Amino acid sequence: MNQSPLPALFGYFALLSLFAVGGANAAIPEMHRIAVDVMHWMNDRQFADTFAIAQVSPGPNVIIVTLIGYHVAGFLGAAVATIGMCGPTCVLAFFVARTWDRFKDAPWRIAIQGGLVPVSLGLIGASAFVLARTSDHNIYAGLLTAVTAVVAFATRVNPLWLFVGGGLLGLSGVI
Amino acid sequence: MSGIRAGADLRPGHLVLLRAPCNLAAMSSPAAPSPVQPSLLELFRAFAIVSLSGFGGALPWARRMIVERKRWMTAEEFAEAFALSQFLPGPNVINFSVVFGARFGGAPGAAVALAGLLGPPLIIVLVLAMLYARFGDLEMLSRILAGMTAAAVGLLIAMVGKMAAPIFLRRWNSAPLVAIAAFIGVAILGWPLPYVFLGLAPISIALAWFKR
Repeated sequence: MNQSPLPALFGYFALLSLFAVGGANAAIPEMHRIAVDVMHWMNDRQFADTFAIAQVSPGPNVIIVTLIGYHVAGFLGAAVATIGMCGPTCVLAFFVARTWDRFKDAPWRIAIQGGLVPVSLGLIGASAFVLARTSDHNIYAGLLTAVTAVVAFATRVNPLWLFVGGGLLGLSGVI
Repeated sequence: MSGIRAGADLRPGHLVLLRAPCNLAAMSSPAAPSPVQPSLLELFRAFAIVSLSGFGGALPWARRMIVERKRWMTAEEFAEAFALSQFLPGPNVINFSVVFGARFGGAPGAAVALAGLLGPPLIIVLVLAMLYARFGDLEMLSRILAGMTAAAVGLLIAMVGKMAAPIFLRRWNSAPLVAIAAFIGVAILGWPLPYVFLGLAPISIALAWFKR
């Protein structure tokens, strides 16, 4: 590990961003695969903690990338990972935005968008599965996940309260 | 232009959901921008507020700010810009800030909106990262985080449920099969995302094309 991790950080996240249909949450298994299994930047627990911190923080979900970058190489790593994840797609968005009006009603555009919806659904589902496997180590944690899922699905309760509840249950030593 | 933006006359009112039907072609042409032109500073502030008010996704807050509070876009224009943001690869709300900023202020507008959206959360998350690096090994903190992670995973599952309901409850079609295949490829088989995407996306798009 004499080599600087910065090029790898940039390269992985730039590549990842191009396939992340459905946002950062769809790419979590791939982030886990690279950060834990391939590059050994962090262990399972650290990855799960990183996910929790990113979810509890205000702002776009994509900041999980910033946290991974910081863990790997401090502030520079955070900057490089964030730029890798957001830079190329932002440039693309900027240029496509100018020509969008010309093809927004094109049939191929509608087919692409319709076709990508189920793909991103499957990917986000996979994220939930991989995270549950990584972080729910005992029956109580699994139970808390299940109860949170039902409450969040069936009610409009502010997610913040669910985080507070989860944190308190964790603190009490149940999880 | 007043005909295009019938709702603009109602500005002081709060019920802006009921807008007159708009002329889409005229509305989306660059020659007819919205009557309210945000300055760069306003753009930055709006996106900074949006980024700080949303937990788990900022888009509903972006809509509230841009359509309902600032009236920078009509509901239809917002839906258009959002559709483009979803269509593009990468994080949706990041794309949206660029698309929106570019429309109102060109390259500087895009940069300013993006900086507003990302800047404040980045500062907060970096402070949290420093605290975690320092105290992450504390037994107490790791227990709290374990509980929060379990809750966060539950929230993600709820989100999947909400996305899946309209797709799976519809009359039988190919979309659920694609979703299940993507799930198995990534979650069960552990394949890299680019392979799963490149294998499935063309099939799914072709299916959507022939289903039209």
